[in-house]
Amino acid sequence: MSQVTMPAVPAPPHAPSKRALIDSRYVAPIFITCILLVGQLTFGILESYPRTVLAIGTSILAELILGRVFLNKWPHPASAYISGISVGILLRSPAYWPYALCSLISITSKYVLRIKDRHIWNPSNFGVSAMLFLAPATVASLSIQWGNYLLPMVLIWVLGFVIVWRVRRLHITATYVLSFFAFAFLRSLVLHEPWQAEVAPITGPMYQLFIFFMITDPKTTVRSKRGQCLVAFLIAVVETVLRFFQSVYAPFYALFIVGPIANAIEIWFDSRRKQTTTAVVAKTA
Amino acid sequence: MKFGLKKFVLILFFIGLLATPAAIRWWTARHNQNAALDPKTALARHGFYFQEVSHASGVNFVHQGPTLDHKLDPIMPEVASMGAAVSIVDFDRDGWPDIYVTNSGEGSKNALFHNNHDGTFTDVAEQMGVADVNRPGTGVSMGAVWGDYDNDGYEDLFLYKWGKPELFHNDHGHGFTRVADTAGLPPWINANTAVWFDYDGDGKLDLFIGGYYSEKIDLWHLQNTEIMPESFEYAKNGGRKYLLRNLGNGKFEDVTDQVGITSHRWALAAAAADLRGTGRPDLFIANDYGVSELYFNDGTRFHEVGEQTGVGFAPKSGMNAAFGDIFNHGQYAVYVSNISENGVLIQGNNLWVPKEGTSGNGLKYENLARDLGVELGGWSFGAQFGDLNNDGNLDLFLTNGYVSLDRNRDYWYDFSKIAGGHTSIISDARNWPAMEGRSLSGYQHKDVWINDGAGHFDNVAQSVGVTDTHDGRSVALVDLWNRGVLDAVVAHQRGPLLIYKNTVEPENKWIEFDLQGSSSNRSAIGAEVTLFWNGQKQVQEVSGGSGFCAQNDRRIHFGLGRDPKIEKAVIRWPSGKTQTISNVSTDQLYKMQEPL
Repeated sequence: MSQVTMPAVPAPPHAPSKRALIDSRYVAPIFITCILLVGQLTFGILESYPRTVLAIGTSILAELILGRVFLNKWPHPASAYISGISVGILLRSPAYWPYALCSLISITSKYVLRIKDRHIWNPSNFGVSAMLFLAPATVASLSIQWGNYLLPMVLIWVLGFVIVWRVRRLHITATYVLSFFAFAFLRSLVLHEPWQAEVAPITGPMYQLFIFFMITDPKTTVRSKRGQCLVAFLIAVVETVLRFFQSVYAPFYALFIVGPIANAIEIWFDSRRKQTTTAVVAKTA
Repeated sequence: MKFGLKKFVLILFFIGLLATPAAIRWWTARHNQNAALDPKTALARHGFYFQEVSHASGVNFVHQGPTLDHKLDPIMPEVASMGAAVSIVDFDRDGWPDIYVTNSGEGSKNALFHNNHDGTFTDVAEQMGVADVNRPGTGVSMGAVWGDYDNDGYEDLFLYKWGKPELFHNDHGHGFTRVADTAGLPPWINANTAVWFDYDGDGKLDLFIGGYYSEKIDLWHLQNTEIMPESFEYAKNGGRKYLLRNLGNGKFEDVTDQVGITSHRWALAAAAADLRGTGRPDLFIANDYGVSELYFNDGTRFHEVGEQTGVGFAPKSGMNAAFGDIFNHGQYAVYVSNISENGVLIQGNNLWVPKEGTSGNGLKYENLARDLGVELGGWSFGAQFGDLNNDGNLDLFLTNGYVSLDRNRDYWYDFSKIAGGHTSIISDARNWPAMEGRSLSGYQHKDVWINDGAGHFDNVAQSVGVTDTHDGRSVALVDLWNRGVLDAVVAHQRGPLLIYKNTVEPENKWIEFDLQGSSSNRSAIGAEVTLFWNGQKQVQEVSGGSGFCAQNDRRIHFGLGRDPKIEKAVIRWPSGKTQTISNVSTDQLYKMQEPL
């Protein structure tokens, strides 16, 4: 069995630039923390602070321990922080244990579910989907909105787009959002239901976290820009199929299904390309 | 350790994590005591069992739901989903409790079941003049509370509606006179809760009414369809609240703004009790689509302290407010019901228990519903505390189930879509997908939780014979046949009124108090009895309405367990007078008049 290592992360867009005011690795954590704090202070979106702290703490602790044991180094906690905070916001349960368990599943999945030393599921997507599927009597997902006002929602959308643009992921979010709206209208036509009802979910924070943080995760998306757009589109396709079957958590499950398949295909292509290149080099030599 | 082994251990650990929810489910199921039992076994194991006796008692009441403006047709079952209510009163003072039940179909009749003392009831609503109260154009009944507002010794009836509220004066048990037009009531409300209480301690019962839909809306003649909550959890576009001060001349004065109650949240349940030991009743309001509110009452003004006390922070779908001294510490916990649906929405019900070391204005609550085992009850509605097995600990009876239509088709997916939508979408009924005969948390089993006295409640509903799956709304607990046990009367939306007759282990003792005020209001609403026995104490109060659209028997019932040693009973009257009774015997009903 080969040594498990974290994938080599391409320098851009994460590497801190001399001109940047802030290390890019901190942009997403800062943004999601702002969302959490504003949401909680104004609308009380969290089940409670202790539950969210538990999710974040468990996530970071698991990352540090697993990183130390399997990579022989202390991993940067930014990724685990995002996973933990996503769990803290997205998971709704009156109990404490689901928060710790979901964080543990999320982080551990990164170290277990790997192909060619690359983890293929977005950790929090895996954790949240697993909890929703395995513990439906205890957990649900965030399904509320940002209060009653348009301004907070517009603000989050604008800020979210700025952030994903800054980390060069805007095309993913934009593809998904456009696809979602197109399929929402399609569902409305097919099902003879008000289009507002089909569009309604994307106006809530669950989707905002989903489109800004989950589907754009650099480590679990394919590398080419076209490929990323195609994957975002396919997620919207699978989500629509699931919605026809009345799946409440269609977006999570769609990403759960499409994300790893896309990554596996890319890894297979990379592997073939590498073999071909090696063969050509050997032949040339 | 070699790496291969490490990886193997990691995989095992991961599998273990994924298996954890199933393991927890298995562990919980192992401890489930809710299997069906025969009465004898239930009596031996739990100390009580229920038999549903409505037909045998001559009660064949089936609730009819309203049919609102046709613009709401696509979601009518969901909108017109309330109105089944039950309240207990001894309207003719014959010493036997009677039952008042509301109906909500246009033109339908409410019922007043007079207790015949022989196990049967007769509906006398028509002859008493309190049946025909749902005439088209006047709205329909949502609930009723009884209180002697003119202190003549007979309980009067306040009927809250989606429509024109009604007040009926009790003519010494021989009939009722409609006095709404001269009493100063609001002309139109869409209310689902009301409470009689003497907030200012002047000896006259005042009235709180909690609006649900805005009072500006006539649900049968809608101008438009923008009547829904502006948010699933932060809505403030509900009905206004009313605090009507009793002027003592048959009239009430609206002092709501004056006392500082300005909320427009969607109130579904309210209850009043002296939570801080000030002698003044505080007011708890459970709101749908938002946080609960708690108002501390200083006798002249109400101060909203929901966030400060901890009960008003996490927004849920509050549908019940009931008080109970569940630990026998002399302090009330508050039970608020919410929505839990597997795989979709797990709000969990709240059991707000006073935090240790907090009291008075510094009172704080923590939610112990999960720890005590009373958290998940489906789409929960009315609940009441009462000692169902007379073991000395307060138990909890919960009704639930929202809309039971097609068993195989579910509206939850569409409901969850719209519930997460922005205010511009959710607030307009036109945007809600049609229900098309689908159920929404339908056919649910009720929960009867018995308190083991050691910090846990076990659901034994199926074991003790509460097996129906009608859409429960309102439950009232009452010793219907003066046997020293609490029976349960449950009103169901578009369903039958069920009477669960209780049989209790005879060795468990009990005591009951029937209080009548003198300088306090005659109904003694707000009076507290603290019973000291076996080194513990339990406090209960006479309530002017609690649960969801319900009112329990005014008589206070204590279970005492086996071989109780009663030290004393202390009555604190709303006037502030206290009365101590020593030499208290068990298995007795004490009729107490406030000393002058």
